[in-house]
Amino acid sequence: MSDVTANPLLSVRGLTLDIPLASGTLHAVRGIDFDLHRGETLCIVGESGSGKSLTSLAVMGLLEKNIKRSATRMDFDGMELTRASKRQMRALRGDRIAMIFQEPMTSLNPAYTIGDQLIEALRLHRRVSRDKARARAVELLEKVGITAAASRLGQYPHQLSGGLRQRVVIAMALMCEPELIIADEPTTALDVTIQAQILRLLVDLTKEMNVAMILITHDLGVVARVADNVGVMYAGELVETGPAASVFGKPLHPYTRGLLRCIPQPGKTARGADLGTIPGIVPSLMGDVQGCAFRTRCPHAVDACREAIPERGEPPHEFLCVHPDGARAAEGEPA
Amino acid sequence: MTAPVLELRNVAKTYSVKQGIFGKPKPLKAVNDVSLTLGRGEVLGLVGESGCGKSTLAKILLGLEQPTSGQVLVDGEQIVGQDRLALARRIQPIFQDPYSSLNPRKTIADIVSLPLLVHGVGDAKSRAKSVREMLELVGLPARVLNTYPSQMSGGQRQRVAIARALIMHPEIVICDEPTSALDVSVQSQILNLLNDLREEFGLTYLFISHDLAVVEHLATRVAVMYLGRIVEEAEVGALFDAPRHPYARALLNSVLTPDPSLGVPDTQLGAAYPNPIAPPSGCHFHPRCPFAQAECQTKAPRPVPRDAGMVECHLHDPESAMYRPDFTV
Repeated sequence: MSDVTANPLLSVRGLTLDIPLASGTLHAVRGIDFDLHRGETLCIVGESGSGKSLTSLAVMGLLEKNIKRSATRMDFDGMELTRASKRQMRALRGDRIAMIFQEPMTSLNPAYTIGDQLIEALRLHRRVSRDKARARAVELLEKVGITAAASRLGQYPHQLSGGLRQRVVIAMALMCEPELIIADEPTTALDVTIQAQILRLLVDLTKEMNVAMILITHDLGVVARVADNVGVMYAGELVETGPAASVFGKPLHPYTRGLLRCIPQPGKTARGADLGTIPGIVPSLMGDVQGCAFRTRCPHAVDACREAIPERGEPPHEFLCVHPDGARAAEGEPA
Repeated sequence: MTAPVLELRNVAKTYSVKQGIFGKPKPLKAVNDVSLTLGRGEVLGLVGESGCGKSTLAKILLGLEQPTSGQVLVDGEQIVGQDRLALARRIQPIFQDPYSSLNPRKTIADIVSLPLLVHGVGDAKSRAKSVREMLELVGLPARVLNTYPSQMSGGQRQRVAIARALIMHPEIVICDEPTSALDVSVQSQILNLLNDLREEFGLTYLFISHDLAVVEHLATRVAVMYLGRIVEEAEVGALFDAPRHPYARALLNSVLTPDPSLGVPDTQLGAAYPNPIAPPSGCHFHPRCPFAQAECQTKAPRPVPRDAGMVECHLHDPESAMYRPDFTV
């Protein structure tokens, strides 16, 4: 279980990512804050272009060179990541912070066997013999549910199915017993049945090994089932954050409620009935962005939405909106 | 059900797959003896894991692949071997990825009017008029006529793809994962649009998707496909409320509804999807089935009709020793 009274493993304040382009500056991520404790899973959910993947890359120090990162604090277990050297970041990545990406075919090297890649992941960071690393690889492949693990070590990525490949990627992420796993859409390329298996595996392993996880996804179903805490991201801001039960039980930001109405919910949405929609498009984040970025699509927008938006709600469930109740009453939702 | 607009009778497609340079070609039964009937105005949701043959079936219906055996009938008329142009008037596709299914060098007006041009419908003026009307129907402003796909968002592109599919007023539209490349807020707009257009034009959809929540929402009937075979077919309510085939149940179980009080479900599908070149003996599903018995390993189940649908499982076959009439998984 996560211990919220202890210091967070990762604490981010005011993370801002600017991309200078020929036509101006694109404010991709605009001052976001979040904390993550050991053993806890934070899901960041948002649509394409909301900045959720860039956020995860920023934590890992894997941003493209042209992207300007600034933050008042990015503390990983006492280490200030904004001041860490490239060398220190390299030592962290794959060791204490592990990554799982969406497409398992591109995150594995097609020219090396599974075994070589798993063993390298460990020996890059730890002084262990090849035999010991090999034994650890077999142990982890078994842990992620791969049968005949020892014989798999000699296989190449193309010889495995998508689900198996993603299991290998997870095993690789676990080789050095990381404290933080950042998973960016880890199941988006997989079938629903395999998705459920992989997510179950991730949930079980993170709980068992007390690993913190940031899971980036666009799928609200995944978020609801996996997250301890949720961050809803829109146009480079976390517009609503809080415990999963609270955010799904009583969504406060109009955007969160809009998203939930867009997906057919078996048992709740009548078959064939019209689904909710969010009219309009995501605004451009070029140049100065003032006020609430969602106001152009929000049915409750008022003049005050152009000004600075106050932070509302009671910690840990907070949101950004000019309406004290996030316009829940206006939509006939219980207070 | 009204008179069937689309009927598949024992359709099969077998590919010959070579393994290695000196390997003997082996048959891969991508579609294996599939029979389906679809009434006018119905939406048949076709679900199953990747590699189960969904897309091959779609290609056969579009005339892009010829079936190895079996018949495909539109309005009672056999279409296999028919002229592709004649077929295209009646059956049109909407594909998954609106980024690759639209020609980046053509304007929206060119893209949407191309079917009319190919079929020699009307003159330039009447074609331009039809295009404008169609764009309005799919919710695109007339100013997009002279823009290019790269200037549009994913949702707008998918609207263009829908306009192109409908401009010839086809009877049947094959929607192959039409919303899986889109964001949820855009997905719901496209699903609403597809539903409205179906009512307006009396269209019949074959809706292929891996998102079962979407299928439940849009479909009137559902067919569950596994290793080239339809293992269960039923009216949408019957299938989602009481799935009969263990595989259908496993698929439904793996749907992640946004309910934080539930964890990630256990699908109980231990083993991975089998190799279609060497399918398991007997019932193809038995290695992954929690209810499998000895009979399942040796004997393939036969299709058994069940309340306006069918299921292929020994548990539902009155002639099987495993028969359990009250079995809903």
